[in-house]
Amino acid sequence: MTKKKTGFNFWERNRLSNGYLLQKRVMKVAISIIRAILLFGLCFLILQPVLNKISVSFMEERDLYDPIVVSIPRHFTIENYTISANPEIMDYTVSLRNSFIVSLTIAILQIAMCTLVGYGFARFKFPFKKFWFAMVILIIVIPPQTISSSLYLHFRFFDIFGIIEAINGEALNLRSSFIPYYLISAGCMGLKNGLYIYMVRQYFRNIPVDLEEAAYIDGCGTLKTFVRIMLPQAKPIITSCFLFAFVWQWTDSFYAKLFFQSVKLVSTQLSKIVASLSVFIARVQGGGSAQPATITLARSNQILSTGTLMIVFPVIFLYLFCQRQFVESIASTGIKM
Amino acid sequence: MKKQKKLAGLEKRKSISGYIFIAPFILGFLLFMFKPMIDSLIMSFQDVQLSSNGSTRVFIGLDNYHSALRVDPDFTRLLTEEFIRLVVYTLAIIVFSFFISLILNQEFKGRSAVRVVFFLPVILSSGVILGLESNNQYMDTLKQTVEANVEGVSVSVAVESILKTMDIGGAVFDKVFEVIDNIYDVAMASGMQIIIFLSGLQTISSSMYEAASIDGCTKWESLWKITFPMISSLFLVNWIYTIVDFCMRSDNQVISKIQTVMTSKLQYGPASAMSWLYFLFIIVFVGITSFFISKVVYYND
Repeated sequence: MTKKKTGFNFWERNRLSNGYLLQKRVMKVAISIIRAILLFGLCFLILQPVLNKISVSFMEERDLYDPIVVSIPRHFTIENYTISANPEIMDYTVSLRNSFIVSLTIAILQIAMCTLVGYGFARFKFPFKKFWFAMVILIIVIPPQTISSSLYLHFRFFDIFGIIEAINGEALNLRSSFIPYYLISAGCMGLKNGLYIYMVRQYFRNIPVDLEEAAYIDGCGTLKTFVRIMLPQAKPIITSCFLFAFVWQWTDSFYAKLFFQSVKLVSTQLSKIVASLSVFIARVQGGGSAQPATITLARSNQILSTGTLMIVFPVIFLYLFCQRQFVESIASTGIKM
Repeated sequence: MKKQKKLAGLEKRKSISGYIFIAPFILGFLLFMFKPMIDSLIMSFQDVQLSSNGSTRVFIGLDNYHSALRVDPDFTRLLTEEFIRLVVYTLAIIVFSFFISLILNQEFKGRSAVRVVFFLPVILSSGVILGLESNNQYMDTLKQTVEANVEGVSVSVAVESILKTMDIGGAVFDKVFEVIDNIYDVAMASGMQIIIFLSGLQTISSSMYEAASIDGCTKWESLWKITFPMISSLFLVNWIYTIVDFCMRSDNQVISKIQTVMTSKLQYGPASAMSWLYFLFIIVFVGITSFFISKVVYYND
């Protein structure tokens, strides 16, 4: 159709434009080829460690020392997965369940609180608002490690103005329980909570105030307006903050080491996987657990890769299905300073 | 008169409900941030001994700071090393993510798939996984054998040796080549920044570029005259985000040094002193650099 309309083919049009059309076309193709090579290389760079881990995790141990085997296993096995999931090494089913429960509850608590606070910052005028918002920025900037030493002591000898000591006779040791972390999350001081507050606030500020004003005029209270009118509109940002909170909590080792030592979580189990592997092998070989067996570096890394894959897999699964929520919410908040 | 009083009442009510909304944050901040911070500041001037029924603390003045800076064999070295790494990598990450977001802003097939891949590190390189990745010796040995086999073939090595023989070089070039060799780390750390830049690029209306190109502006010129000013505020955001992110990474050597001093040697005083030194260092750096960056930021509105 179009050909008939113009009446010229590509070369004729090219001649009419003094070679400009061809030049333009060649440039376009060249740019897209260069771009494709560049992006393919960079994507491969990012994906390569994951692919490498996958191939290593399906190899038998002798394949590791076989110079011919590079990435495709010669002796295919799923033994590494069963070893890693063993109750004495990662205790995968138990720690997976624990991690899931902890991450889910923590994420829900953190996001509920951060949404409240973010809304408060976005919509209300109150004295010292600038000061408190500066404090939000401060908690984004302070690494939690800075205060970890005193946080540790704080919960080792936990007390609220000496009340507990008066009743119990001594301060509570809350360190090995996970109550402190729920308290911290309820106070918006958990992992990256300042960032969530900031993102939620940005989002609420972009919503026009008309709806709320209409609700106020119709006699709706502040809390009711927030729950009925604003929350449904903020669904995208809440979902994405929730996903971030869940994923970052899932892989977090800092707070896990500080507060969840009595509970098996995938992140803490993974960080000591090599040590537990050598103890396990020593026990199986009958050498007694007093002397950990020496395992080769390649073997321990193979188990480490398998373990990493096993804890990353649920997260990747989640990401593939919800990548829109992950990526687009950040774009939609319109972060500005 | 009456009307004014009523307005004041509404304002008061609004400010009270505002405070109710942010009450969790204020409580949490006072209990879990302010108190530990003051506590750790005090501890940094004290000798802290743990016992079963509490802790004994003796005021020892600046001794902890003195021991961190002058006695401890590693701390100052690690601090300067991390600082240099911070500057180099933050610059590299900003440049890299800006470049990638420019590419991803163009129209081509499979754009969303590429975006998914570039954002993947935000999920994958967090928490415990990053720490494991960095001490993955197997990968290091593998890398070394690969490098040994392809020596001279690698483009960056070849270019580096050409420049060396031409007597162009020095510390800056070494750093640039170090970054190029570690492009993996840079790519892994710039997922969030790419998305932030991309969101900024998408808000620039295409009519600006059209007007510029009609007036004879080349692509290169419009990059500097339109794109740069329009998203310059995002450079500030990304700069701060990258620094903060860098400080919180679990492979940060200063942080792990502080952690070992605290958890395995149980020296709470020196650990607090070190973390305060580190914190002040970073705050001063962020403050000075963002002051200079905000000087050149252009605000459209």
